[in-house]
Amino acid sequence: MNPIYGTVYTETVVYSAPEAFAKDAPYQTAIITLEEGGRVTARIVGERVAIGDRVVRVELRDEVPYFKRQ
Amino acid sequence: MRPVAVIGTGKTPFGAFPGRDLRSLAVEAGEKCLKDGHIAPSQVEAFYLGNFAGPAFTGQNHLAPYVSMALGVEGVPSTRIENACASSGSAFYQAWTAVAGGIYDTVLVVGVEKMTSRPTPQVSEILGSAGDFSGEIRAGNTFASLFAMIARRHMHQFGTTRAHLAAVAVKNHANGALNPDAHMRRVITLEQAMAGKPVADPLNLYDCSLISDGAAAVLLAPADRAADFGRKPVRVLGIAQASDSVPLDRKEDITTFPAVRRAAQKAYGMAGMGPRDIGFAELHDCFTIAEIVALEDLGFVERGQGGPYSAEGRTALRGEKPINPSGGLKSKGHPVGATGAAQICDVVQQIRCEAGDRQVRDAAVGLAQNLGGSGGTCVVTILGAL
Repeated sequence: MNPIYGTVYTETVVYSAPEAFAKDAPYQTAIITLEEGGRVTARIVGERVAIGDRVVRVELRDEVPYFKRQ
Repeated sequence: MRPVAVIGTGKTPFGAFPGRDLRSLAVEAGEKCLKDGHIAPSQVEAFYLGNFAGPAFTGQNHLAPYVSMALGVEGVPSTRIENACASSGSAFYQAWTAVAGGIYDTVLVVGVEKMTSRPTPQVSEILGSAGDFSGEIRAGNTFASLFAMIARRHMHQFGTTRAHLAAVAVKNHANGALNPDAHMRRVITLEQAMAGKPVADPLNLYDCSLISDGAAAVLLAPADRAADFGRKPVRVLGIAQASDSVPLDRKEDITTFPAVRRAAQKAYGMAGMGPRDIGFAELHDCFTIAEIVALEDLGFVERGQGGPYSAEGRTALRGEKPINPSGGLKSKGHPVGATGAAQICDVVQQIRCEAGDRQVRDAAVGLAQNLGGSGGTCVVTILGAL
């Protein structure tokens, strides 16, 4: 899997999760502006990120991209 | 295009009603509306039902004739409109096109949602289906978290603060406390609103609208026939519906809703008015940040000024531009499919000067803004005395 880099455009930490993700809560989601262009909605793993932070994709699970701080 | 009037309105209270089903709520609102409009069910020429997720919440599909037949509106076209939280705003828009275009003279719109029969995590999941399921929702987002990301970005770009968000909740609760039909008639303090249980950072429980049951109905007719029916008819001065991308990550800038701006421009154009001519408004405060963004997109304030404007009390009941004198979705409640029609009912009630303790001073012209999802649909309606 080629590394995909980007910058955090916006983010949130979900405390009140839908049924399917309740066991993961709280967790962080974000919209990432990709270096290659366009944006993607992703889950964040590891330490919490903020707007403007550089991130890298670490995994694609069930078609959901997971990013972490670079 | 014929001028159109609202000749009747009817609403159920909003709240959690364990003993009531979807149809009984819809029928109650519809019957009150027909009575208000002095019209028999047999005189209704077409019926539109605004409903978001009746099949998911209740298991019942084919809802439009299911409701209209129970109302005694028999044989005429009955159609359900689904546009997320803008379902009954969109139903009202369809009814308006039919009357304005000369197809029908009397059209009934009912909006309804029965939500409280499901536990909150299931409600979150059903509401989430109004987002982009394959992308943002699969990543773990809820509707609250989508608006939380909008709030976060708005704070970053414009310096909007947690206190600004809380001011919207405090104001809407103060208004809702005066509304006998509101779901949560409780005044809250700024401290409470700042310290609510976290839902999705930076939004807490007090930033979120309520999960409610309820229905609202509106009856339309050509303005030149309005005197034949009803009581204190109110004119549709301008109306427009617009669309935009459903997923947030396809939008250039998530701190503004292009669908709101487009619908507002068209509605203002039709009415021959601008933001300054609007005395008061019912805005779609599904989350506190949504009211702040709506103030900006409707041109009531400059971009980025919605937070300070709210915190200064200028949107209060006695402020220069009263916003959500009904209590809004925050305090009045948000039975999703009923909300757009309820906003029209609330604006009409103000223009008729029948809002009691919540009556605004300048009620000549009012605006309703009904938002679907995170901005995929918007309906803006401007109403004024006939």
